[in-house]
Amino acid sequence: MSLFHDTALVFGRYARQTLRSPFQILFGVLMPLLHLLFFGPLLTGLPLGREGDSWQVLVPGLLLQLGLFGASFAGFSIIMEKNWGVLDRMRATPVSRLALLLGRVLRDASLFVFQAVLLVLAALPMGLRAPLPGVLIGFGFVALLSVALASLSYALALKLPSPQAFGPAVNTLALPMMLLSGLMLPMALAPGWLDLLSRLVPFRYLVDAVREAYIGHYTTPAVLYGVLVALALAALAVTIGTRTFRSAGA
Amino acid sequence: MNFGEIAILGWLCFSGHMSLISTSGLFRTFMTESGPVEAVRGIDLTVRSGEVVGLLGPNGAGKTTTLRMLTTLLPPTGGTATVAGHDLVRNPAAVRRRIGYVAQSGGLDPQETVRAELVLQARLHGMDRAGAAARAGELAADLGLTGLLDRRTPALSGGQRRRLDLALGLVHRPELLFLDEPTTGLDPGSRADLWALVRRLRDEHGTTVVLTTHYLDEADALADRLVIVDGGTIVAEDSPAGLKAAHGATTLQEAFLAVTGRGPAPADPSPAAV
Repeated sequence: MSLFHDTALVFGRYARQTLRSPFQILFGVLMPLLHLLFFGPLLTGLPLGREGDSWQVLVPGLLLQLGLFGASFAGFSIIMEKNWGVLDRMRATPVSRLALLLGRVLRDASLFVFQAVLLVLAALPMGLRAPLPGVLIGFGFVALLSVALASLSYALALKLPSPQAFGPAVNTLALPMMLLSGLMLPMALAPGWLDLLSRLVPFRYLVDAVREAYIGHYTTPAVLYGVLVALALAALAVTIGTRTFRSAGA
Repeated sequence: MNFGEIAILGWLCFSGHMSLISTSGLFRTFMTESGPVEAVRGIDLTVRSGEVVGLLGPNGAGKTTTLRMLTTLLPPTGGTATVAGHDLVRNPAAVRRRIGYVAQSGGLDPQETVRAELVLQARLHGMDRAGAAARAGELAADLGLTGLLDRRTPALSGGQRRRLDLALGLVHRPELLFLDEPTTGLDPGSRADLWALVRRLRDEHGTTVVLTTHYLDEADALADRLVIVDGGTIVAEDSPAGLKAAHGATTLQEAFLAVTGRGPAPADPSPAAV
C-alpha cells in the first residue's frame, strides 16, 4: 500500500459521494455568483486603485471567496463521520493518516476548482476578459487555498469539544479574513492602517497574486509572494491536519 | 524480524502460549477544563492466543479507553504495550494490520451500500479490487447479508447493522478482534446470533476476541476469562467460574457486586437472557 494508492482510495469514496449530490456541487457557487451578478456591475467604471478593469479585480476575489468559505466549512462532514463511527473505522486500518486527510482535502479542492470554473464561465458574459494562463493560475490558487483551509477545518472540527461550536468558530475566523484580505475591493483603496493590518493576513497575498495573473503579469513579486504564502500555508495546514487525524479522540 | 525471532514466534504460536496482548502499566490521562483525569491507571493485561476475554466494569471504569488504546486509536500517556507482536506506540500501523475493531457506535456511512462499505474496508486493508469484491461476497454469505449487499445502510435492521459492523472488522481476517459492547441495543434474537458468531470465530478460526460488555450473562456465556476494571485499574481477573467461586457467589452479578460494590450499570435495560 502506498500513499498514492491510499489517497486515491479515500478520494474516490468521497468524490463518488459528491457526484451523487449535484445540489452540493452547485450550492457552493451561489454566494459568489450573487456577488458577481448584483455587486459586480456596481464597480464598472470606478477607480479601483490598480491596473485592469473591475472584472479583473472582482473575479479573482470571488474565486478566493469561494475557496475561503467553502473549504473553511469542510469540517462539518468530519463531525458527522466521527459521530457515525466512520472515522474511527478508517483510523483502525493501516492506511496512513496523511492519506486519510489528503483523500478528503483533494476531493474538496476538486469541488471548489470545479465551482471556480463555473464562476469564471458565468463572468465571461458579464464582461470578464483575462488571459488563459492567468485564469489557470487562478484555479491553482483556489486549489491550494482549498487544501490549506479544508485541512485546518478538519483539524478544528476534530479538536472542538462540541460540534455546535464549529459553525460560529469558523464564521468568527473567516469573516475578518475575508474583509482584511481585500477580496471584494483592493486594499489599495484602504487607509494606511488598514492596508498595514491586511498585510498580516496571508490570504491578501493570494488575492493580489491572482489579480496580477488576471492582467497577464506572471513574474511579478506579488505573484511570487502569493505562491510562496499559498505553498507554506498548505504545507503547514496539511501537517497540522495529519497530526490531528493521528490523535483524534485523544 | 530475524530467523531466530521467527522460530520462537512459530513455536509460541504452535504451543498456544503466545500472548497476543501484553501491557505493562498502561496509563491514560485526559486533560479537561477541571484538570487532568486519569481514566486508565496502570493496567497490566495479558491475553493469550485463542482466548475470549471479557472486559467488565461500571460506567467510566476505563474499559473503552483501554480498548481504544489497544486498537491504536488513542495514544497511551504512560506504560508499554505489545499487541499482535508489535509495539503499540512505535509500530501502530503493523498492529492495525493484524487486529479488527468494532466500535460501540458501529461505523456505517448512511450514504453507502453494504457492498460499498465492505469493498472499501477490504481495500483500505490492502486488497485489490477483485479480491475486495470477492471477500465482500464471502463475508456477506457468511453473515447472512447476501440479499442486502446493494441496500443502503440506513435500511438495515439493528441486528443486520451489527452483523455488517462485525463483517467490516473481519474483512482482513484479523487474528485479534476487539468488540466494544457488541450487543448493546440488540433484541434477544440478534444477541444470540452475535454470540454464535463470536463462538464460531474462536472455535473455527482460532480468533482471539477481547470484548467489553455491561451484560453479565453475555460475559458469563462467552468469555473464557473476565477482567474487571474499576477506577482505571484491574480489580479482579479470572474465569467466570473462578470469579464466582472466589467470592462464594452463585451468579456473576453477585461476584461483580462483591468485587466492585456496584452493578455494571447497563447503558440500556438488559434484554432477556438468550
